[in-house]
Amino acid sequence: MKTESTDIAVSVSGLTRKFGNFVAVDNVSFDVRKGEIFGFIGPNGAGKSTTIRMLCGLLMPTSGEGRVAGYDISREQEKIKKQIGYMSQKFSLYADLTVEENINFYGGIYGLKASELKARGEWVIEMAGLTDHRRSLTGILSGGWKQRLALGCAILHEPPIIFLDEPTSGVDPISRRAFWDLIYEMSARGVTVFVTTHYMDEAEYCDRIALIYRGLVIALGTPQELKTERMSDEILDVRCENPHDAMDEIEELACVKDVALFGSGLHVVTPDASLAETEVASLLNEKGYGFDAIGRISPSLEDVFVSLIEEADSENDGGGTMREARDA
Amino acid sequence: MFGRLKHMFIKEFLQLLRDPRMRMITFAGPVIQMTVFAFALTTDVMNINTAVLDFDHTKSSREFVEYFTSSGYFEVTEYADSQSDIADILDYSRARLVINLPSGFEDDLLSGRTAKAQVLVDGTDSNTASIVFGYANRIVADYSRAKMVEFENASGSAGMVGAEGAPFEIVTRSWFNPNLESKYYFVPGLIAVMILVISMVMTSVAIVREKEIGTIEQVMVTPITRTEFILGKTVPFAIVGYIVMTLMLIVAMLVFGIRVNGSIVLLYLLTGIYLFGNLGLALLISVTARTQQQAVLTAFLVMMPCVLLSGFLFPVHNMPEIIQYAAFLNPMRWYLDILRGVIIKGVGAGDILCAIVAQTVLACSFVMLAVSRFRKTMA
Repeated sequence: MKTESTDIAVSVSGLTRKFGNFVAVDNVSFDVRKGEIFGFIGPNGAGKSTTIRMLCGLLMPTSGEGRVAGYDISREQEKIKKQIGYMSQKFSLYADLTVEENINFYGGIYGLKASELKARGEWVIEMAGLTDHRRSLTGILSGGWKQRLALGCAILHEPPIIFLDEPTSGVDPISRRAFWDLIYEMSARGVTVFVTTHYMDEAEYCDRIALIYRGLVIALGTPQELKTERMSDEILDVRCENPHDAMDEIEELACVKDVALFGSGLHVVTPDASLAETEVASLLNEKGYGFDAIGRISPSLEDVFVSLIEEADSENDGGGTMREARDA
Repeated sequence: MFGRLKHMFIKEFLQLLRDPRMRMITFAGPVIQMTVFAFALTTDVMNINTAVLDFDHTKSSREFVEYFTSSGYFEVTEYADSQSDIADILDYSRARLVINLPSGFEDDLLSGRTAKAQVLVDGTDSNTASIVFGYANRIVADYSRAKMVEFENASGSAGMVGAEGAPFEIVTRSWFNPNLESKYYFVPGLIAVMILVISMVMTSVAIVREKEIGTIEQVMVTPITRTEFILGKTVPFAIVGYIVMTLMLIVAMLVFGIRVNGSIVLLYLLTGIYLFGNLGLALLISVTARTQQQAVLTAFLVMMPCVLLSGFLFPVHNMPEIIQYAAFLNPMRWYLDILRGVIIKGVGAGDILCAIVAQTVLACSFVMLAVSRFRKTMA
C-alpha cells in the first residue's frame, strides 16, 4: 500500500463524465507511475481532453474517482493545482502580451519569488529559443515557438506532474521532434508526463499508452505489449501495382479481415497469414496486378489501433445502444 | 495573495492600455461626450421664434410686442397679416408663439377698459410649451403693472398701485441654481452616465473574453483563487473609472464653471462604491454570458433602465410607485443623489446617508453575487 502511494502519480478508477445524455468519458480506470511518459491516444472526440480536464481540476467527474499527486480530483483541486502543469489543446497564453509579460504573469500567479521568477523566466526563454523575441507579442510567434512558450509557462513552478493536451497539433515536424526532446528531458528528471495525442509516431515515444475510443479505454500497455499481445491478427505487407484497385478485390477474400492503404503498398489484416499470403498472391496473378513482394510484418501501432477500434465498433454495432446514446 | 493580485493588475493594465486607440476611446471618449452632451442637452428655452399679428397698429400694440422681445427670450421672426396665416405658421412650426392683437387694443387701454390680447403657444412639446407660457405670463403681468403705474401717475395718486394692484408679491429664488440653468442638473448626471457606460462595457467582456479565447483555462489550473481573479478583473477598471471621472470633473470646472461645493474626499469615496456596484453588475453579466456579443448586448439592455430610471432625465419621484421601488435597485439612482448633493449642494455625508447606505448594499450584493456565480471549474 505504501509503495503504491509513492510510486503512483495519477490514479483513476471508474472515472465517468456525462454531458447530458452524451457519455464523454465512460468508466475509465488506469494508473500512471511517477516519472513515466504516459500517452493517452485516441481519435478526436474520444474523450482525451475531458479526461485531462477532470485530472487538472477544471471539470468535475460525474462519477468515479481519481487522485493526482495523492489528492482527490473531486475535492482537492486547489491542492492538485500546485502540483501540476497543464498545457491546453488550444494555445492559451495572452496573444496581446509579450513573451516576457506572459512569463511574468504566470510566474507571478504561481507565486514564484522575484529571484526564482527571473531565473525560471530566463530558462523558459532559452528553452523556447525566444532570446531574440522576448519583447515580441506572443500572438505573432510561429506555432512551434508558441508551443514551447506555452510549455515553459506551464512548468515555471517546476511541477512534478505535467499534463499536455495535444501539445504538438498543428506544429511542423522539426518543432514536434524538438518538443519531444523536451518531454524526454523532463521525464529524465523524474517528472511525470501525461500527454494526449492522435499522432501514432508520438505514441511510440511513450513509456506506456492507453487507447481511448468513444469514452472507453480499449487498450493499455507499453507500445511493445500492444503490438505483440493485443493483436490476435497478423499483418501482410503487399507491394503491388494499382494498390487502390487491388484493395477492393483483396477485401473480398474470405481469409482477409481488412485491407488498408499504407504508403505505396497495402496492409492486409488476417487471422492466418500463411493462408492469406498464398491466396492474395494467386488473386493478384489472376487479375493481372504485378506485385513486388508479399510478406508478414510485425504490426505497427497504427495497425493495432485500427484493428482495436474496428473491433470496438463491431461490438458496439451489435449492441447498438451505446452509439445511439452518444449521437443523441 | 497580494503577489498574485499584483500580477493580475499588471496584466489587465497591459492588455487594456496597449492599444493606443483603446486608450483614446477609454479616456478621451467619455470626456468629449460629456462636454458635447452638456452643451446640447439643455432645457433652457431661449430665442423663441415669435410671430405677431397686429390689427391695432398703434404705439401701445408695438410697445406690448417690445416687452416680449426685450425680455431676451423671444425673437419676432414674422409678421402675419391674417388669422389664416396664424394656422399656417403653427402648422409649419415657423414660430412657437404667436401674439395676436385685435384692433382697439390701445383704445381699450386708454379708456380704462380691459384690453384683450391673445397669445398662442405651440403645445406639441409640452415641457417647452409650459416654459414659454410661463415667460409670456410674466411679461404680460409686467406690462400691465407698468401700465397701471403710468395711469396712476397721470391721475396723481402715485405709489398706491403697489398696494392696490398687488397686495403682496411673491419673490421666488431658486437655491443652488439661481438662474435655473440646466447645466447644473445635467453635468453631474452626464458624469454618472459616462462612468456607468465605461465601467459596464469594459468589464462585461472582461471574463467572457478569456472564456471565448480560451486563456481562462490556463489561468484556472493555477493556484489563483476566485476572489483574486475577480478582484484582478475589477480593480483595474475601477481605477480607469476614477481617472475618467477626474478628467470629467476638470472639464466640468473649466468649461462649465461647475465646482465641487462639498468634500472632494467624500465624492471620491462614494464614487468608488458606485464603481464597484457597476463593476459587480458587469461581472455578473460576464460570468453568466457565453460569448462577448451576448455580454455586450446584455450590458446595453441593463444600462438603458439604469440611465432612464435614475432621475438623470426624468425625476424619479414623478414615476409610478412600483417603478420608484424598482429604482431602489439602480446604483445610478443613488449616485445621482450623491453627485448632485456633493457637487451642487455641497452637502455632507449625513444629508445623503440613505443614498450612501443603499449604494453600499447594492455594490456589495452585486460583487458577492458575481463571485459566487464564478467557478474555477467549467460547465
